[in-house]
Amino acid sequence: MTDAGISNKADPLSKPQSKYDYSKGPEPLEINMKWCKACNICIALCPKQVFEPDRDGKPVQARPENCTQCTICWVHCPDLAITSNYK
Amino acid sequence: MATATTSEKAKQKSDIFLKYLRPRKGMPSVWCAGCGNGIVMTAIIRAIDKLGLSKDNIVMVSGIGCSSRMPIYLDFNALHTTHGRALPFATGVKFARPDLKVIVVTGDGDALAIGGNHFIHACRRNIDITAILINNNIYGMTGGQGSPTTPSAAFSTTTPYGNAEKHFDPSALAAASGASYVARSTVYHATAMEKLIGEAISHRGFSLVEAVSNCHTYYGRLNRQGDPVTMINSFKEKSVQVTKAKKMSPEELKGKIVIGKLHEVDTTEFCDVYQSTVDRLDGRK
Ligand SMILES: Cc1ncc(C[n+]2csc(CCOP(=O)(O)OP(=O)(O)O)c2C)c(N)n1
Ligand code: SF4
Ligand code: SF4
Ligand code: SF4
Repeated sequence: MTDAGISNKADPLSKPQSKYDYSKGPEPLEINMKWCKACNICIALCPKQVFEPDRDGKPVQARPENCTQCTICWVHCPDLAITSNYK
Repeated sequence: MATATTSEKAKQKSDIFLKYLRPRKGMPSVWCAGCGNGIVMTAIIRAIDKLGLSKDNIVMVSGIGCSSRMPIYLDFNALHTTHGRALPFATGVKFARPDLKVIVVTGDGDALAIGGNHFIHACRRNIDITAILINNNIYGMTGGQGSPTTPSAAFSTTTPYGNAEKHFDPSALAAASGASYVARSTVYHATAMEKLIGEAISHRGFSLVEAVSNCHTYYGRLNRQGDPVTMINSFKEKSVQVTKAKKMSPEELKGKIVIGKLHEVDTTEFCDVYQSTVDRLDGRK
């Protein structure tokens, strides 16, 4: 994913919280930037702070290792822009 | 090999949207960023996918409003009709083709203001139609006029000093009018909504799912509830599960949204009764 200067590296102080290992496969989620309207819902509702907004307000997976595939972001995306790569 | 299965799974998963959206039609939708209509739409997609129904056996009927634009995006048989008249058109479709699943998507203005009479009579007949009423407490499409579900004292462009009227409770109205399945959920409770929509579609008889939703553009702005996230989170705070609500007093329930399956009765369905009347008269000939 292209981003606006947000590091995709894990914060060394926080342990990965997810049982999924994303190091070998694709990112946890597929985000369709063409459909996303930057409503902020996924960013605000994610309980694991996986996303950071890019400069347009669209979600970037800044802390992918935290994603537990809990479904919250994609069931609440009003624009069908998020799908999981794992579930 | 693990990555191959993962990407296969990913493909299947993203196909669920591609499968149910009309090719080349309109996505991204016309709805405002963060509009709850889209959250209800994905709940409907997932519910139908879980039920494993064929797209060709589903007819989606709507009237006019932001919410009523949904059949434009979904790849079912569709009728986008006139304001308030989705239920009469749907009744005709169901009556002519009782083998089809008929789903109506309607707004609070569409179903309860201009379409109020059609709504109570569809409930009374208990015809096998599933109505999904997206209740955002306001007329979204036409610029934020008050609707029959705009709460007392709430602001809209037609109630600039606070609504002097009382509001309808759509679920209570449906149950009192004869609907045999009534449930309510909010866009915060999107997974529960998916389950209730699935139950409603499977139910034989008139079923209503009231989907409490955010029109932050008008209702939110005029009532100082701000952005979609604030509104969606407020639904979480205001909601009470029906089991818990039964133990609460009317005062405690003031301003709360009771969610879950509210009403279900086992009673005769209109098309069945009509068919048995036809059979009886045929036998007499
Ligand atoms: C006969 C007729 N009267 C009025 C209108 C104008 N009109 C279009 S949509 C609408 C209200 C829609 O409100 P609601 O059903 O709550 O849907 P929402 O836009 O909030 O989803 C009105 C009054 C119309 N299209 N046709
Ligand atoms: S699936 Fe859950 S944990 Fe993962 S990004 Fe979405 S909301 Fe966050
Ligand atoms: S919820 Fe969907 S539309 Fe809204 S910011 Fe996230 S991806 Fe974009
Ligand atoms: S005006 Fe309101 S109901 Fe219509 S699309 Fe915008 S937020 Fe949704």
